[in-house]
Amino acid sequence: MTIKLTPLLTGLVLCLSLAACSQKPQAPDQLYQALGAQAGLEQLVDGLLQEIEQDKQIVHHFQDTDIPRFRRLLIEQLCELSGGPCTYTGATMQESHTGFQISQADFDNLVAHLMKVMQQQKIDIKAQNQLLALLAPMYQEVVYR
Amino acid sequence: MKYAALWLLALALPVQAGSKIIATGGATSIEGAAGGGIVPWAVINGYASSEQWSVLAFNNNVGVDDFSLHSYGVAASYNNQWELSYTRQQFDLDTLGGELQQDVIGLKYHIAGELLYSQMPQLSAGIQYKKHRNFALPFAVGAKDDSDIDYYLAASKVYFAAVAGRNLLLNATLRASRANQIGLLGFGSQTDHSYQWLFESSAALLLTPQLAVGVEFRQKPNQLAFADEQHWRDIFAAWFINKNFSLVGGYVDLGRIAGFSEQQGYYLALEATW
Repeated sequence: MTIKLTPLLTGLVLCLSLAACSQKPQAPDQLYQALGAQAGLEQLVDGLLQEIEQDKQIVHHFQDTDIPRFRRLLIEQLCELSGGPCTYTGATMQESHTGFQISQADFDNLVAHLMKVMQQQKIDIKAQNQLLALLAPMYQEVVYR
Repeated sequence: MKYAALWLLALALPVQAGSKIIATGGATSIEGAAGGGIVPWAVINGYASSEQWSVLAFNNNVGVDDFSLHSYGVAASYNNQWELSYTRQQFDLDTLGGELQQDVIGLKYHIAGELLYSQMPQLSAGIQYKKHRNFALPFAVGAKDDSDIDYYLAASKVYFAAVAGRNLLLNATLRASRANQIGLLGFGSQTDHSYQWLFESSAALLLTPQLAVGVEFRQKPNQLAFADEQHWRDIFAAWFINKNFSLVGGYVDLGRIAGFSEQQGYYLALEATW
């Protein structure tokens, strides 16, 4: 039995090596800049807050939230994550989400809102995906805690 | 186009879909499982996230030099965990004359991992119960059974910003099967009636969250003495217009089928999801 896997494997290896190459960081704050630095992140978080406000499925999780503080901390966190000149001063993701009974559907909705806002603000698609890559692993610290 | 009304309905009604991120339910493969065109993936169909339901209808057409395959059916999923599908396949022997039909009932269970959110790939296990409806011809060319079950294990993962800043989905599927030409020529043979392990794989690059291009490979057994069976492959583009409607177009190479060599042609799939 001959299995012609060679073209496929070549393709996969090529993909994976390209993947490795493309993740090589340029400047430490390259993503922060691509997201529009401080002003861009503020706009992003404001857009996100508007989406959350309209979303009946998840808005109830924020009923006791101090929104100005939440906004400030989220901007700070995204700034630090993306390599900007900030230090996140809030609680860990697990601490701040425990007890909220956040479901996978809630998390999916928030991700969808973030994607929508990033598209609306015409953030470069590479930067969009790089930010998603940084946020996706938080799933396990946020959902069903 | 007897389904035209259905598709128009899907387009006209932007019904509240589930919470899953667009495109993460994949497309529907020719055997009814969520996946690419010819390979089942570990993703669960539709947009049902936790404690949500999703239902869909699909209509896939493959046209190669001497044959065409029309697969259509309905499927449902729950909780991004269970997937159930029913598919009718109609295989037209355009050159030889005649047609063969097969029904496929599929069940898939999402075992572990999250396509987007975990480091570990999403893992799912599935079965496909296949029942041939015109077994005289497969029997005449040496097939043993008119029905059988395929078992598979699939792993899928999205790698963010992996190629040119775009997200890349990689999938690998291991299938145990006795099907000849996916069952369209029956199951097993008079001389060999053991299961074989078959490897299937897909890679898809999401150019945007709603538009993907990809390649697939499906290893095939070669059990019937009357004609060689070869591995399948395709390239495709998938457009997830919204959460209610998707369209996949592709080019397939199905190799040799029932003595006819170099069977190549188009792949076209429409799907409506609620």
